[in-house]
Amino acid sequence: MSMENDKKVEYTTVSIPKLLAQKIKQRMKGTGFSSVSGYVTYILRQVLSSIKEDERSKQAFSKEDEELVKQRLRDLGYLD
Amino acid sequence: MIQPHGGTLINKELPKNEKERILGQQGEFEKISISNQYLKIVKNIALGIFSPLEGFMNKNDYLSVLDQMYLEKNIAWPFPIVLDVSENELKNINIDDSIILIDKSNKPIALMNISDIYDYDKKFLAEKVYRSLDKNHPGVYNVFNQKNKLVGGEVFLINRPQPKFTNLDLTPIETRVLFKAKKWDRVVAFQTRNPPHIGHEYVQKAGLTYVDGLFINPVIGKKKKGDFKDELIIKTYEALINNYFKKDKVVLGTFETEMRYAGPKEAIFHAIVRKNFGCDNIIIGRDHAGVGNYYGPYDAHKIFELFPDLGIEPIFFRSFSRCKKCGTIVNEKICPHPPEMHIFFSGTSIRDLIKLGKNPSPDIMRPEIVNVIRQFDKPFVE
Repeated sequence: MSMENDKKVEYTTVSIPKLLAQKIKQRMKGTGFSSVSGYVTYILRQVLSSIKEDERSKQAFSKEDEELVKQRLRDLGYLD
Repeated sequence: MIQPHGGTLINKELPKNEKERILGQQGEFEKISISNQYLKIVKNIALGIFSPLEGFMNKNDYLSVLDQMYLEKNIAWPFPIVLDVSENELKNINIDDSIILIDKSNKPIALMNISDIYDYDKKFLAEKVYRSLDKNHPGVYNVFNQKNKLVGGEVFLINRPQPKFTNLDLTPIETRVLFKAKKWDRVVAFQTRNPPHIGHEYVQKAGLTYVDGLFINPVIGKKKKGDFKDELIIKTYEALINNYFKKDKVVLGTFETEMRYAGPKEAIFHAIVRKNFGCDNIIIGRDHAGVGNYYGPYDAHKIFELFPDLGIEPIFFRSFSRCKKCGTIVNEKICPHPPEMHIFFSGTSIRDLIKLGKNPSPDIMRPEIVNVIRQFDKPFVE
């Protein structure tokens, strides 16, 4: 398989307190991650994805609106 | 559910007491009469279909959108939404005035707070939006026929314009409540301006396979001569859903707007609108919202690369055909057989057959759809 088209992942440096880095090192023991950077990347991806899920759970309408709208949707035949 | 574009679903419909107050004082306001096409825009802004827009664009947003396809507040928006007026109409109107927009029967539709009045260059607008100055392009033609000034400002809906299909006219709050009530977590939108052929049905069902529900959302409004009539499109889709879809997996609702035929930019606009309706995905086919040969067949796919933050995810489909050898609907990625083995779905050929009084074969279009089309003496916009 050709590797010519594989996109290289670019990295940047983010500073975190040394003490926190030591705690992360302790925490990552037995996780299979070999570097703090890899483990932090994994955690940040999880956090970002859960934030996205939280945003999805927010509704763009109030409970009161919802009941009024449901009645109109029933009148229009969209809901039983 | 996916968040509205810009994070907030706009609601600029005035509460009853406020409407009554404005209507009681309407003699004090200057008025501008707007066409049916602008009634739809006002309604779409006020009911959140065009969120985050809260009115017609001021000059800063107008220029920002033309230059970068982003609003001044850094939210993606592909082309200006503007109100053009004549110098005569502006005779007694100044910035900071509130005016009433009325329809052709003088019915008050919306209050507008004028926040900008500006000149614009029609050539620049046409070139930026349509990549053309050819007046044979219907969008370019419309730009050159606009009035000479633009006014910007927030709008507040006083009376909802009468929709063409009352029972299919849903607002974003209504579709969002509906999708939630149906327990649809992920919804795919299908934009259309044609009666469905087998290729459309295949694409809709392919999209639906990976999500919870399908929102079929035909564009209703001003179209070009030779396009199918709105009533026909709705009736053919009702026939398709009744005969070939699981009813709890599909919703049919209209989107009242004019077609601009802006190709790739209109694809982004269509995606934003469907995001506001609560859809996570939109199906983008070949030459989406195109006309003639003004855009490449897959320009409307490529443009999405410029909008990684759009929120709604496009599902791209290329061309489809029925392969006689495979005995099924295929696309170029999945079928190894040569073109002579394929029956292609072409809207133009279907229109030509219908004009000749012939019926498209069941390999191309469901007989129930053909029957509906045959009920129309004049199926096309004249």
